[in-house]
Amino acid sequence: MKCIDLGLSDYKEAYKTQCEVRSKVAEGACENTLIITEHKSVITIGRIGSEKHVFKTEGIEVLNVDRGGDVTYHGPGQLVAYPIFKLENEARDIHGFLKFLEEVGISFLSKYGVMAETRPGMRGIWVKDSKIASIGIGVKKWVTYHGMAININTDLRPFSFIKPCGIDGVKITSLENLLKERLDIEDAKRKIKESFEKIPLLAEAVCKG
Amino acid sequence: MAELKLPELAEGVNEAVVSFWHFKEGDVIKEGDEIVEMATDKAAFNVPCKISGILRKILVQEGDTVKVGQALAIIE
Repeated sequence: MKCIDLGLSDYKEAYKTQCEVRSKVAEGACENTLIITEHKSVITIGRIGSEKHVFKTEGIEVLNVDRGGDVTYHGPGQLVAYPIFKLENEARDIHGFLKFLEEVGISFLSKYGVMAETRPGMRGIWVKDSKIASIGIGVKKWVTYHGMAININTDLRPFSFIKPCGIDGVKITSLENLLKERLDIEDAKRKIKESFEKIPLLAEAVCKG
Repeated sequence: MAELKLPELAEGVNEAVVSFWHFKEGDVIKEGDEIVEMATDKAAFNVPCKISGILRKILVQEGDTVKVGQALAIIE
């Protein structure tokens, strides 16, 4: 797995990079690649989303994007991971891949001593009654893009401008909020990379037998 | 004539929403062409066509919710 760190990026620029890498991975010209970044503040609406779920913006740009799911916020202090992975043979299972992403997120959070879980029928990764990470992907020619956004030191206020993921009354949290200390984002990048390398992509398919 | 159906997605996922059609009625389709983009609450994905032919009729419109196994289009 290759890893590209875009640093603090503009959403549209990073999207362009995702698409370029996705084409290369689809052609076999590039191995599976993990793009990691923090985005400058932006609100994005997925394919299932509605502009009605954005109440105010305070000047934050709003973009319609080609991933699953509803509305979310990205901003500095949030670790965004875009796995551009080719799904081949038994791995051609989009929801199996989503399960993989959830496991990667849970493994990442466990490195901080945080017990996270998924909730039946709810999207993303949760710590007790608060959502800490959002997941939404796209798949083209069996190559995945978009991915997972985990709140590390994110300013959580802009989440109150929107109805995150279209869910009523959802509480959003961050690692900083849970651990009461500001965390090193570079260390978080190393940890997420390790989690992607450790969790097998095919665990779900193997379990299904 | 063949129906293009929404394939099985995953356990517990019974429906998806049509995002948009990459082709229009009357277009020539080759086997493997991704002809419609669908989305669920977590993923956006394309449905490929398993046969070559002409896209005769589009049965579901953008924004429609479609059940697994439901016909999306007729290919001739």
